[in-house]
Amino acid sequence: MWTYLARRIAQTIPVLFGISVLTFVLIYYLPADPARMYAGPSATVETVMRIRHELGLDQPLWVQYIRYMERVLHGDLGFSYRKQIAVTTLILSRIPYTLALTLGGVFVELAIGLPVGIASAVARGRWADRVGMFIALLGVSAPPFWLGLLLLYGLGYLIPIFPLGGTGTPAHLVLPALTAGLGGAAWYARMMRSSMLDILSTDFIRTARAKGLAQFKVIFRHVLPNALNPIITMAGMDIPWFIGGVVLVERVFNWPGLGRLAVEAIETVDVPLILGTVIVTALVVVVSGILIDVVQGLVDPRIRHGR
Amino acid sequence: MEIAQFEHPLQKSPESRSPLPEGSVPGVGEVGYGMLVWRRIRRDRAAMLGAILVLIITLTALFASHLAPHDPAEQFRDGLTPDGQPIPSTLLHGSMRFPLGTDANGRDLLSRILLGARVSLLVGVLANTLAVSLGTMIGSVAAFFRGNIESLLMRFTDVMMAFPTLLLAMTLVAILKPSIWIIIVVIGAVYWTWISRVVYSQVVALRDRDFVTATRALGAGRLFIVIRHILPQLIPTIIVWGTLGIATNVMLEASLSYLGIGVQPPTPSWGGMIQQGQSFYRSAPWLVIFPGLAIMLTVFAFNLLGDGLRDALDPTLRGRM
Repeated sequence: MWTYLARRIAQTIPVLFGISVLTFVLIYYLPADPARMYAGPSATVETVMRIRHELGLDQPLWVQYIRYMERVLHGDLGFSYRKQIAVTTLILSRIPYTLALTLGGVFVELAIGLPVGIASAVARGRWADRVGMFIALLGVSAPPFWLGLLLLYGLGYLIPIFPLGGTGTPAHLVLPALTAGLGGAAWYARMMRSSMLDILSTDFIRTARAKGLAQFKVIFRHVLPNALNPIITMAGMDIPWFIGGVVLVERVFNWPGLGRLAVEAIETVDVPLILGTVIVTALVVVVSGILIDVVQGLVDPRIRHGR
Repeated sequence: MEIAQFEHPLQKSPESRSPLPEGSVPGVGEVGYGMLVWRRIRRDRAAMLGAILVLIITLTALFASHLAPHDPAEQFRDGLTPDGQPIPSTLLHGSMRFPLGTDANGRDLLSRILLGARVSLLVGVLANTLAVSLGTMIGSVAAFFRGNIESLLMRFTDVMMAFPTLLLAMTLVAILKPSIWIIIVVIGAVYWTWISRVVYSQVVALRDRDFVTATRALGAGRLFIVIRHILPQLIPTIIVWGTLGIATNVMLEASLSYLGIGVQPPTPSWGGMIQQGQSFYRSAPWLVIFPGLAIMLTVFAFNLLGDGLRDALDPTLRGRM
């Protein structure tokens, strides 16, 4: 198990390296001049040049990259031009919010999506199945930010159950988590259904039924664990997409998370902040990918032992 | 003693075989692959619904300027209430003037939505074409050429996939200044990784087959084999992703426009309309509801069609693509 983990981590190092290089190169080609942004609109040419030298922006690209990575590995992600706070501090302050939203969203996805998918698979072809899958397809097709605004309107304004955005109480998390999760729930429902249908037609399930095993036990003891396997793999591939959705949800509900920070950074061309947030987000994606693989290794012994 | 012999059609004399040569009329005797696919699609009501919807949406986008009751950019005095607020659908009191109401500038919402279809479809289709082309090329070359090329290309794909899709698109658009063509290129450049992965795994399954070894033994170059032999087998995948991808790309474009870095005003874009309308969501919810419905309907239509195509082209792929 541990060798598997070590292998997976070792595999991600070139990916992380690639991410940092790619991000750095992308930002290097931003049309805005960071030195001028830092100095402000009324600075003289000499001030701008001095600042450029101080920030090390007049060095060749690869030198800048090495210096940056040195600092990153010491935990220093630079200093935000616009907000005048260390990037690391900013990011750390936002992470708990994004984490809460992500966990809430994943919970909604799984709590709604999996049961609906299982029920659809079991009731295959019948009315409940068709309706369920139709609604699920609609859910996948609806833009998350639109759903969020609808929820805000319906459950926050028309029938004022939930607060209209911002943070504070657990009640504030409900609508954002629902928004983040509903689209994914629809997707997981569809995936779960088709995965279960694949398993339901296999020989070993036939054997279990022939043995006289109760339907209930067949589903939960035999079909489910096998059906979950591809779901976990697909969940891993879904993460980059999901984080994008979280960004949109944070915008709708004014949720002070990492996604909003990234959007603000890009809008104000705050170079260190953009670099910091994009690298951290990519890091999160990679780490969750490893976590998902570990979970899958735990669930499916074949993977642990190298297939 | 004569034993009754079973007469095999091919063993009969040429004169006594059926008058129609085999394979000349589809449906008589044997059924080709294309015919099978068509039959399967026709029987799938959901897929037909998707196809019809896609057709309607495409026609709407093409003829939007003729279908729209007003000029989408024109601001009407009677499109606002006396204190400058947008008005709801005029159908509520019997008038066809503004069937879906107006926006904060007094512009007709229906006309803007119809014109928005153009932007969404244009971006969706073109960006997806780019993504599918790139993805297929990279995936098949990586899988077939193996070795260092394979590792390099697939590592690169992994790196690109590690970026949150929307965030990467946002960063790229911010660097390159948003315009409709930049957005098309950016979405294509961000989305190809998904297709590349799928194509890669399919070509990996194909590369060790006997026909490949045979063709190589006959002296064919690797690129030739990829183009002439492998790619045709990928056509179902390309068709399915070519359809489903449009759904995702329309969604991506709407998301970018909602964040303000997509298609810029005054060009009407559904996501942009939602962004402009969201500050009024309490007083004028129709500004948010209708553009969103348009997005959902379009994405839904392509998803439906894509699913149907996938089931018709190769039912064994369900659950794996």
